[in-house]
Amino acid sequence: MFDLTGKCALVTGASGGIGAGIARALHEAGAKVALSGTRVGPLEELAADLGQGAYVCPANLSDTPSVEALPKAASEAMGGLDILINNAGITRDNLFMRMSDEEWLSVLDVNLTASFRLMRAVLRPMMKARWGRIISISSIVGTTGNPGQGNYAAAKAGLVGMSKSLAYEVASRGITVNCVAPGFIATAMTDKLNDEQKAKILAQIPAGRMGSTDDIAAAVLYLASPEAGYVTGATLHVNGGMAMV
Amino acid sequence: MSDIADRVKKIVVEHLGVDEDKVTETASFIDDLGADSLDTVELVMAFEEEFGIEIPDDAAETIQTFGDAVKFISEAV
Repeated sequence: MFDLTGKCALVTGASGGIGAGIARALHEAGAKVALSGTRVGPLEELAADLGQGAYVCPANLSDTPSVEALPKAASEAMGGLDILINNAGITRDNLFMRMSDEEWLSVLDVNLTASFRLMRAVLRPMMKARWGRIISISSIVGTTGNPGQGNYAAAKAGLVGMSKSLAYEVASRGITVNCVAPGFIATAMTDKLNDEQKAKILAQIPAGRMGSTDDIAAAVLYLASPEAGYVTGATLHVNGGMAMV
Repeated sequence: MSDIADRVKKIVVEHLGVDEDKVTETASFIDDLGADSLDTVELVMAFEEEFGIEIPDDAAETIQTFGDAVKFISEAV
């Protein structure tokens, strides 16, 4: 339905479940994709699986020079950069009273500051092209809060405010800036939960199931498409009705 | 008019969509030529590319008029 032929997309955290799903969806729609992440093995497997038009661009988002080199590497590999997906994220959960500065800063660095740096770097080519899509993966937790995730929730809420501010600045240049906020998505992380924990979570989800990586990828694909050109500064909540905001 | 001034004028005319005769020595990008703050950033980017120079942010802030731009670039190239 959505055609991204000729577009070039950089996806961070493409070695994870959601990132890989997003990269796959964009690639299926015709985009070239640069797959970024810290673990090269899964990135290369995904690139081989996708075939033509998929490039591996490893980067460590907690390392500033590595962040700054990434847009250039991706742009050179693909021959352009039209779409940025800020998907990479880490957690360092701890109760607020016990949270160390290091736990706070490392989550803010990777989840928020690296996204800021990547967004700043991709603006120049997008402004010249008068077209661009910047989509950051936030979280339901950024809106609702979550015990033990003060750092993560702050970073995820930060992405929303940052995206809205940038959306104002570049709307007249054909660049849209949006967020997708997943609820509970079935990934390797949620597989570790026991049945009791799963039952508790499911009781809070009107849809009665966890989301899939495809649910998130579809939302990202829509926001990346030419059809979503009038949608900017928005946060698309994909959570099965768990929080209706 | 110097070659640099011609090239700067061409960029300004194309980018801001203004008449060439409005781009005078003292014409302010924002007050006279209708540029917004983002336009001024884009103009600086365009100058950098056209002339293969770097215009640092603090210098960019001093470039308010067409004359300022020509003067800065003439000294930088």
